[in-house]
Amino acid sequence: MKTKHLFFISLLQVFVACGQTDVNISVPDQTNYSLELVVPNLEIPWGIAYLPDNSLLITEKQGKLIHFKNGKKTSIQNVPNTYVRGQGGLMGIATHPDFEENKFIYFTQSSSVESEESGGNTALYRAILQDNALQDVTLLYKAKPNTKKGTHFGSRIVFDNDGYLYFTIGDRGKRDENPQDLSRDGGKVYRLMENGDIPTDNPFVDVKDAKTAVFSYGHRNPQGMTKHPVTGEIWTHEHGPRGGDEINIVQAGKNYGWPSITYGKNYSGTTITKDKALPGMEQPLYYWIPSIAPSGMAFVHNSKYADWEGNLVVGSLKFNYLERLVIENNSVVFREKIAADIGRVRDVILGADGFLYLAVENKGIYKIVPKG
Amino acid sequence: MKITLLFFFLSTIAFAQQSLEESYERGKLLYDDFCVRCHLPNGLGESGLVPPLASADFLEDIKATVHSIKYGIHGPIIVNGVEYNGSMSPMGLDDDEVADVTNFIVNSWGNTSDVMIDEQYVKKVSELKL
Repeated sequence: MKTKHLFFISLLQVFVACGQTDVNISVPDQTNYSLELVVPNLEIPWGIAYLPDNSLLITEKQGKLIHFKNGKKTSIQNVPNTYVRGQGGLMGIATHPDFEENKFIYFTQSSSVESEESGGNTALYRAILQDNALQDVTLLYKAKPNTKKGTHFGSRIVFDNDGYLYFTIGDRGKRDENPQDLSRDGGKVYRLMENGDIPTDNPFVDVKDAKTAVFSYGHRNPQGMTKHPVTGEIWTHEHGPRGGDEINIVQAGKNYGWPSITYGKNYSGTTITKDKALPGMEQPLYYWIPSIAPSGMAFVHNSKYADWEGNLVVGSLKFNYLERLVIENNSVVFREKIAADIGRVRDVILGADGFLYLAVENKGIYKIVPKG
Repeated sequence: MKITLLFFFLSTIAFAQQSLEESYERGKLLYDDFCVRCHLPNGLGESGLVPPLASADFLEDIKATVHSIKYGIHGPIIVNGVEYNGSMSPMGLDDDEVADVTNFIVNSWGNTSDVMIDEQYVKKVSELKL
């Protein structure tokens, strides 16, 4: 009897799951902001972080870390060697919540270290930023094994309100091997202490052979992650295959389903799985069809844009704009194109000064300035 | 004598054919890993965003083709009479891999090519703007 109930509940979940209301994207006739290019001449600015003095740290995919202050770019020295291939490079960047005290920064890069195999995989480092150089460069995590596959490295870094560090690694092009296997790296969101230790209450610390840094699994390639400014929850988005990019709120031990469930198809248009929902797997908060190729993610909060309070912004690599999403009760109710046709938007942050900064490939860093 | 020469000639052709096929197969694997997301399995790209590779006149300039795979390509280009103003970053492929993926592209989806690209050819294509 109980099993029967469970079956119907699962069935109900499946129906609910397939019922996302179609929210077409709006293109405003007029815009009440302008776009100011503040850091010109960058190749692929992958990640941006701000420092307390409002200067910017920018990762360039090919392996350079740039400090931009008072209109001047300075190349930070002692960055470990980056394995640049396909989607891999120098990627995520974040400052420690107590940066003013300890000068710690964190970054992720594709790297060849700590593995016998040729190729690379995602690594997380911590270092002290001092005198335009990195000191005490410490490897906190290195995904294994290395592979010459060029896809799906992740990799964003975010701290939550309790001081835990989260970072993402994509499935590394091995969707049938990595995302659903807790003993393998890839296709996961990871959670660590600020010094790289594994939190004792991580969800899989007692599971035999599991990678104990794993916080959630069943992800494809999350290149966006941010903390909700009010609830403190960690929000991610990830690239789907053809269709099926997702927004998720990640929770300890949860399975986000890739590749067992997806709203996307293979690039050829053939089916990956008939299942869009299965018991024990989480439904996305939102999914995009067609794919926008999302990268970078931020909430607008206490900003220079009063009308956008509480909105989520996401870069689109494919369609060359910033997407603004209005969210009510964890549902997307409105979508709008910001900075239409600006170029491939790789990252977006809300600066300490309340302005949004966009990293645009082959252009640079733009600031969105309200008119009037 | 004549027969020996003929045999030599034929075996050279057979050898070239075989190595092109091997390069093509390696190129296909690389295409599926590095290129397929944007240019798609049928090589048609995305209307207005990503130029096609299938029957693309751009590929007639083999040097430009190799250059764009090796170093990336940015800004406006015209393919089959349509302008694309996008950006493709360099993939970080080794020279022999650039050769393989080029051989795959110029011999797929109805494309044909008389020349086989090898590692030496790719090595000589320099970063200088074309």
